[in-house]
Amino acid sequence: MTRHPHVWMGLLLWSVFSQAQAAWTVNMAPGATEVSHAVFDLHMTIFWICVVIGIIVFGAMFWSMIVHRRSTGQVAAKFHESTTVEILWTVVPLLILVAMAIPATKTLINIYDSSESDIDIQVTGYQWKWHYKYLGQDVEFFSNLATPAEQIQNKATKGEHYLLEVDQPLVLPVGAKVRFLVTAADVIHSWWVPAFAVKRDAIPGFVNEAWTRVEKPGIYRGQCAELCGKDHGFMPIVVEVKSKADYETWLGERKEEAAKLKELTSKEWTLEELVARGDKVYHTTCVACHQAEGQGLPPMFPALKGSKIATGPAADHLSIVYHGKPGTAMAAFGKQLSEVDIAAVVTYERNAWGNNKGDMVTPKDVLAIKQAESQ
Amino acid sequence: MSTVIDDHGHAADHAHGPAKGLMRWVLTTNHKDIGTMYLWFSFAMFLLGGSFAMVIRAELFQPGLQIVEPAFFNQMTTMHGLIMVFGAVMPAFVGLANWMIPLMIGAPDMALPRMNNFSFWLLPAAFLLLVSTLFSPGGGPNFGWTFYAPLSTTYAPESVTFFIFAIHLMGISSIMGAINVVATILNLRAPGMTLMKMPLFVWTWLITAFLLIAVMPVLAGCVTMMLMDIHFGTSFFSAAGGGDPVLFQHVFWFFGHPEVYIMILPAFGAVSSIIPTFSRKPLFGYTSMVYATASIAFLSFIVWAHHMFVVGIPLVGELFFMYATLLIAVPTGVKVFNWVSTMWQGSLTFETPMLFAVAFVILFTIGGFSGLMLAIAPADFQYHDTYFVVAHFHYVLVPGAIFGIFASAYYWLPKWTGHMYDETLGKLHFWLSFVGMNMAFFPMHFVGLAGMPRRVPDYNLQFADFNMVSSIGAFMFGATQIFFLFIVIKCIRGGKPAPAKPWDGAEGLEWSIPSPAPYHTFTTPPEVK
Repeated sequence: MTRHPHVWMGLLLWSVFSQAQAAWTVNMAPGATEVSHAVFDLHMTIFWICVVIGIIVFGAMFWSMIVHRRSTGQVAAKFHESTTVEILWTVVPLLILVAMAIPATKTLINIYDSSESDIDIQVTGYQWKWHYKYLGQDVEFFSNLATPAEQIQNKATKGEHYLLEVDQPLVLPVGAKVRFLVTAADVIHSWWVPAFAVKRDAIPGFVNEAWTRVEKPGIYRGQCAELCGKDHGFMPIVVEVKSKADYETWLGERKEEAAKLKELTSKEWTLEELVARGDKVYHTTCVACHQAEGQGLPPMFPALKGSKIATGPAADHLSIVYHGKPGTAMAAFGKQLSEVDIAAVVTYERNAWGNNKGDMVTPKDVLAIKQAESQ
Repeated sequence: MSTVIDDHGHAADHAHGPAKGLMRWVLTTNHKDIGTMYLWFSFAMFLLGGSFAMVIRAELFQPGLQIVEPAFFNQMTTMHGLIMVFGAVMPAFVGLANWMIPLMIGAPDMALPRMNNFSFWLLPAAFLLLVSTLFSPGGGPNFGWTFYAPLSTTYAPESVTFFIFAIHLMGISSIMGAINVVATILNLRAPGMTLMKMPLFVWTWLITAFLLIAVMPVLAGCVTMMLMDIHFGTSFFSAAGGGDPVLFQHVFWFFGHPEVYIMILPAFGAVSSIIPTFSRKPLFGYTSMVYATASIAFLSFIVWAHHMFVVGIPLVGELFFMYATLLIAVPTGVKVFNWVSTMWQGSLTFETPMLFAVAFVILFTIGGFSGLMLAIAPADFQYHDTYFVVAHFHYVLVPGAIFGIFASAYYWLPKWTGHMYDETLGKLHFWLSFVGMNMAFFPMHFVGLAGMPRRVPDYNLQFADFNMVSSIGAFMFGATQIFFLFIVIKCIRGGKPAPAKPWDGAEGLEWSIPSPAPYHTFTTPPEVK
């Protein structure tokens, strides 16, 4: 029965909701890993145990409610205790629980064994995006929500993967044991991909471990599972699982891009180029708090349009973006963005929404801060 | 007591009625007046917290952002939870305790009447403070009713300080109320009312009161550490200063899990009076009910980390909390089996209190089943922080705590008002609540299992249909409660006069006094045989 329980449950519930199945999903999916299958089996086993107990208990209740009514002339019996029965219904549930705890313990031990991994990836939660770093590979990137704001504001038709799509998915090779080192940079987040049965809290200052070994290539989607502020509902997770060869190709491309990005730092930039690049950076990284027109959401998230910082000395402006503002939601972007992107976004902010300062911050200025700090 | 000298110059049998005007309510030390105020206050909070739930369900009616911004949505989920837990459910049970415990044990009043007045009047102040934060710059608390650090400390709106102070006031009020209950039950029982003769409502409240005294100070410590982190530069919950955000969760849930039982044990007690009454048969297994309640209370202290299965506690800890949590199913099962056995071969009728009590047993058990599923740690990796959890705790709180309160209200309304409520309207209230509640919360199991996280203002299209069903059910349930207000007011203003014992199967001292209960009762203690 536990082999295809979802089929039975599906049939059972299909008779209740004979609608389009996609929209009326009623159960957990078995997922794409050995662990997720084991978890699914546990879920169905405990579900059916509950169903059986429910049928017995509710059956007795409904029998009583139908047969033992005063309106049918029923006279109440007098009994009010029985030690034998009390012992029986203490011991039997206890045995059922022990029987349930054994497979659960086995699965849990397996989930906790994150040793001997093939690939290690550091997953960091930020308000409100994920950062992935392939340890020892010099590849790292942010993964932002890709759903356009127009869809969220109901000004455009919502796509199939509404709120479950990102600009750069995490890429994994099929069949490899991948260990995740999960942490956070600001508040607690939780990294969850249902198909892997992996959910781990991302806690600032601590590193949690989790692992997975995905059985077949495909695209798997999840979401942040721990309330992390305003845009908690808008930081999805997308994992693209590729064949080993495709994964290697992808990794190689990412390394080349990283090298190119380094070259960009030494390039001579014009104001127009920086503003154009900064526009993009702003609308993926800063827009959630400071808003599209730089108006912010005061008092939690101050406006940049006409602000003292964005129209004051460029060095102070750069310093806040680079170091963040402790005690507030303003993060230190020096650790998050490349030199080029920081320079571009500061330049953009100084020249957008009528701020029109006309000055610019170059990637070399940012590099100077970085070098000064590493000494 | 009969030897007390009356120095007012009146005849000794001339009982004092209530004082006139507003000051009656401000200065009263009468357990019935205070009980009434608690009940009205909790109902007002129930409607306020409910209206916040309506905002949540309206936003979730369709995918996309329609009605509120995410920042305000988070304030609504937070305030809904806080107000329902601390403003609606807990004060309602304190109100029932105030009214019924003295009547059930044959006491003239609560043991500490002046403190009783103070513990009530702290509540309006606390909630005024809490609700006022919604109008402050930066908005009210937006970090969920569990207020996990550092979202509630470093990243909180400035109003968090008001929230902390409000929690302190509620805590002081609860602790004083609990001390009063313990003092009353242990000292003011009528002669012959031994502990093992007390009605179960009194027993469950006695145990609840000890839980309150044990854990409310823990909550107070928790919010005080937050206050220190926010204003005085400490780092209890910040890793950057050597603290630990997970410490917050341990402390919070050490309070939070017993709190769950604080909200359900008194309902267990009330239902254990109501089911025997309408089954016309004594409660099955009274002694085992008492021991089961005590076991649940004990176990509630050693299961807190099952709320934290995904924070990364070590394997051994994970296993301990899983096993301990599974154990709770045993005494809880005993209770359910006892209720069913009480009904078995009874002579059942289904007046409104019984309808709510039967629905309580069935639906609370469904909530218990999902609780059992959540206790399986590996499976919890999938359930945790999804709508499956939302479905679970609404099944234990709405048809659990709230239906228990409704059942109690209908059961004792004749005693409180001296009138029978309108039975047809009462049944209508039940059926609308029953259908609305199941429609609102049952589909949440499905969307949760399908992968919808909780506390999100927007969702993927695959969850759209069930969310719409949930919202319709929630609107129905919400509107029905205004109808309950109408039924209660109608009952207060008139109706068929209620006899001293309106239910033929009822047992207990509260039915030995006239309806409505006189302002002073049991000034001479009754003899219990």
